[in-house]
Amino acid sequence: MSLELALFYLAALVSLSATVLTVTRTNASHALIYLIISLLAVALIFFLLGAPFAAALEIVIYAGAIMVLFLFVVMMLNLGRETVAQERRWLAPKMWIGPGILAAVLLLELLYLIVGTEVVTPGQGVSPKEVGIELFGPYLLAVELASILLLAALVGAFHLGRRYMRARREEIE
Amino acid sequence: MTAVSVPIEHVLVLAAALFTIGLVGVLVRRNVIFLLMSLEIMMNACGLAFIAAGARWAEADGQIMYMLILALAAAEVAVGLGLVLQLQRRFDNLDIDAASELAG
Repeated sequence: MSLELALFYLAALVSLSATVLTVTRTNASHALIYLIISLLAVALIFFLLGAPFAAALEIVIYAGAIMVLFLFVVMMLNLGRETVAQERRWLAPKMWIGPGILAAVLLLELLYLIVGTEVVTPGQGVSPKEVGIELFGPYLLAVELASILLLAALVGAFHLGRRYMRARREEIE
Repeated sequence: MTAVSVPIEHVLVLAAALFTIGLVGVLVRRNVIFLLMSLEIMMNACGLAFIAAGARWAEADGQIMYMLILALAAAEVAVGLGLVLQLQRRFDNLDIDAASELAG
């Protein structure tokens, strides 16, 4: 087994276990830290797949910006011990049975379809230069649409957050 | 171009497993913050599958789709966290069932 393969399976193991821990935590900030670990492991897999620019984006935007946004909101909400206790009550073991079985069936079907083909295909990396040429050539319209989506999200987040801040100010006064 | 020695099928298996864990999270959790986190897990798994497919066919489209997913995730999180703040303000609770009445 080559070094790259060993690294891939190790990173896959780390990302899977960190994701399971994310979903099962009762404390929101612990779950966020585990999610960041999972995202970093996925970024390593992107590197191994020959997509270094995507790996950098995963670390900078996903693990950096989006997760920090989550962390700020968790800090603003100031969730205390009673929230953890409430989570523990909500996460009774019998809650996991139904969704777990349904999701496991779907996963098994997917695995059957993926593994059933019995060919292990090697891939080829795509350099950032090719991605950039494609991105600002045929996909220019998609880039513009993404920017419009981000603008809409900016306006929406500002609107929702502004009302929250006004209420907080009145509370303080 | 660099050859990739990682078997693409195994990457797809990993993406499917991550997506399923996120799906279970969405189905089981009741706290809105954990729901948003599970959605992030699912979108990240989709991005992983796209990058694996892009590496398999040596095309840049997979990475471009990943970037679009990234933009979508950022937009969704910004609006979703604004809604979380509103939910906490109105109900003093992050239970998703508290928001089941459309009249608010």
